[in-house]
Amino acid sequence: MATMTDPPRESFRLSMLIYDTRYRSLTIQVIALFAFMLLVAWIISNTVQNLASLGKEVEFGFFSEPASYDINQRLLEYTSRDTHLRASFIGLLNTLVVAVLGCITATIIGVLVGVARLSRNWLIARIMTVYVEMFRNVPVLLWIVFAMAILIESLPSPRAFRGEDAPQSLILNDSVAITNRGVYVPEALFSRSLGDVRLFGESSLRLDVSLDLIAIIAVLAASIFVFRRIRAWAERVQNETGNRPTTWYFQIAVLVVPSVILLTALGFHLGKPELKGFNFAGGTHLRNSLIALWIALSLYTAAFIAEIVRGGILAISKGQTEAAGSLGLRPNRIMSLVILPQALRVIIPPLISNYLNLTKNSSLAIAVGYLDITGTLGGITLNQTGRELECILLLMLIYLFISLSISVGMNIYNKRVALVER
Amino acid sequence: MQKSVFYGALAAAVVIGGAVGAATLDDVKARGNLNCGVSTGLVGFAAPDASGNWEGFDVAVCRAVAAAVLGDPQAVEFIPTTGKTRFTALASGEVDMLARNTTWTFSRDTDLKLDFIGVNYYDGQGFMVPKALGVTSAKDLDGATVCIQTGTTTELNLADFFRVNNISYEPVPIETNAEAQQQYLAEACDVYTTDASGLAATRAAFESPGDHVILPEIISKEPLGPVVRHGDNEWGDIVRWTLNALISAEELGITSANVSELAGGTNNPEINRLLGSEGTLGDMIGLDSEWAQRAIMSEGNYGEIFEKNIGENTPVGLARGLNAQYTEGGLIYSPPFR
Repeated sequence: MATMTDPPRESFRLSMLIYDTRYRSLTIQVIALFAFMLLVAWIISNTVQNLASLGKEVEFGFFSEPASYDINQRLLEYTSRDTHLRASFIGLLNTLVVAVLGCITATIIGVLVGVARLSRNWLIARIMTVYVEMFRNVPVLLWIVFAMAILIESLPSPRAFRGEDAPQSLILNDSVAITNRGVYVPEALFSRSLGDVRLFGESSLRLDVSLDLIAIIAVLAASIFVFRRIRAWAERVQNETGNRPTTWYFQIAVLVVPSVILLTALGFHLGKPELKGFNFAGGTHLRNSLIALWIALSLYTAAFIAEIVRGGILAISKGQTEAAGSLGLRPNRIMSLVILPQALRVIIPPLISNYLNLTKNSSLAIAVGYLDITGTLGGITLNQTGRELECILLLMLIYLFISLSISVGMNIYNKRVALVER
Repeated sequence: MQKSVFYGALAAAVVIGGAVGAATLDDVKARGNLNCGVSTGLVGFAAPDASGNWEGFDVAVCRAVAAAVLGDPQAVEFIPTTGKTRFTALASGEVDMLARNTTWTFSRDTDLKLDFIGVNYYDGQGFMVPKALGVTSAKDLDGATVCIQTGTTTELNLADFFRVNNISYEPVPIETNAEAQQQYLAEACDVYTTDASGLAATRAAFESPGDHVILPEIISKEPLGPVVRHGDNEWGDIVRWTLNALISAEELGITSANVSELAGGTNNPEINRLLGSEGTLGDMIGLDSEWAQRAIMSEGNYGEIFEKNIGENTPVGLARGLNAQYTEGGLIYSPPFR
């Protein structure tokens, strides 16, 4: 009779960490982690030690010193007497402006081009292919510099607008001036303005918010709310009785009348640009540095987005198009109602990374003299104060924060359009 | 550009230990050539000629130092730096010295941990405008668009000048002199402002220099000079006294033509001490006795360098003015070699 005995229990020996395949990978990972942490610790201690021996300890006190330099494009009021912190803040807003503008136009152009690349019209499809290949395969810095060079060299200078029979004149009813220093467009002015409120007191982050703008937004929001209620009411009536009441004139009135009344009350008028001294005065000045950067970043990123959109559309089975066609939908509506909503699920994730790329690429702005956060905090401030480490670290953190915010926002949107599976 | 700033900062942060700890003189000797930071191209001060050799007023200082230390004025590697990258390049050890129209200021000398070893050009910030604008004074520039090199002291002076005079302007920041030239000539800016010497040099490179005027106002003091890292005093002494040797040579009448002859010995003890036939001045800064001889022989004395590169007979056409020897009513003055 054989007796079954338990196999002898192996006791743990130290050599098993290397020879036993159950533990080996763990051992290697722990060692690698230690080595990595040692490396990081060495780099940090080396940096701190060397900065100390140079007599440059890490400190951020310079942020409260006056910046002493001017920034041409500023969304908020800023003078050269403001602090470095304020200058960095202005730069950050400039980064955000070009990033937001760029993402919007890149998406619009990208979707149009992506759809057009699949067109059955041979010429359109080929032209779009040429566009995509050209922009995708040349570094974006070159496109930015090229766009700037074209704006500077091909457009007339403000001087060409001067005199009785000037060689150049303003377009669109004398309201828009296109020069090699940028485009001057009319600005909205209010003769009975409500004024501004100042947030955050006199600190470096102070913010003047126009009450006119708030009033307009509030009225528009109210109008849209009422507009929707009317539509919901019409829907209900239709569901109950089968007859849809005619409401369009009512809806238009709700949208337009309150805004017009408000604008008249505020004394709304357009301030046109006028040649005065060396430059145009009045109106809003879109500098060519902004325009060049915006155009180049949009076209460059749009080429990538076009490919993503094309891929997304091709991922939807042809049966969907045919099924929609057999229901009697026209090609335009098939695209907007059936194909694109489904394609979005494929498109959104890579689109996020392209938005991030555009935002990060906007740091090339200084090539055309656009003072974004890299140009202010990572450029002039760094240079004038000599605080390389502090400025670069802070700059990296700011970009990280912007990128992660975009990422989080887009991921939330992605969850909403993603296929809900059970 | 961004890259170089970033790498510069990283290098400043990480590599600096090695660079600062060791003596620059030993590094240069071991390497066999001098890394000299110059501007990215400013005719007369530092620019490569048609065959790619760097030449100019600032370049000559680098060559003199290389001749003094290494015995060969050609043993220089010229590293172009922009207004933004120059200090990081120096701090990180990428270059051994800067000879690049850099203004000596309090905060650069102290807070940025640099050492200015002297002044080789007394300058001031000026404005250049096209003649066609009919502007005669900088105070008429209200509302003008001004091209300005970013990361320079001129940027700060400009802001102060317009603020103090209560007039407005639109700054267009640009990275290098070449870009400024392009924007200015395309009339994307009305005015170009930088050091007056730089304006003269830039104008000299124009197709029709006569169509542009430099306004009479000089709005700042811009003493330009070579720079070394703070903390390596031996190296700082070598660069300082090489520059002083060039200046003294002009004062004492030593030129590149007669330096070999005078080195044999004269009855002027200061010449003898400078050229090494008397005393041991070379030993005191860790060089041989003929260091100053070679420095003067490389490109000539201060006056020769000035006349050859930026003087009145060159396209740049600058008068000596403040940069004449003190004996001629200028500010150029070397402490005695004793």
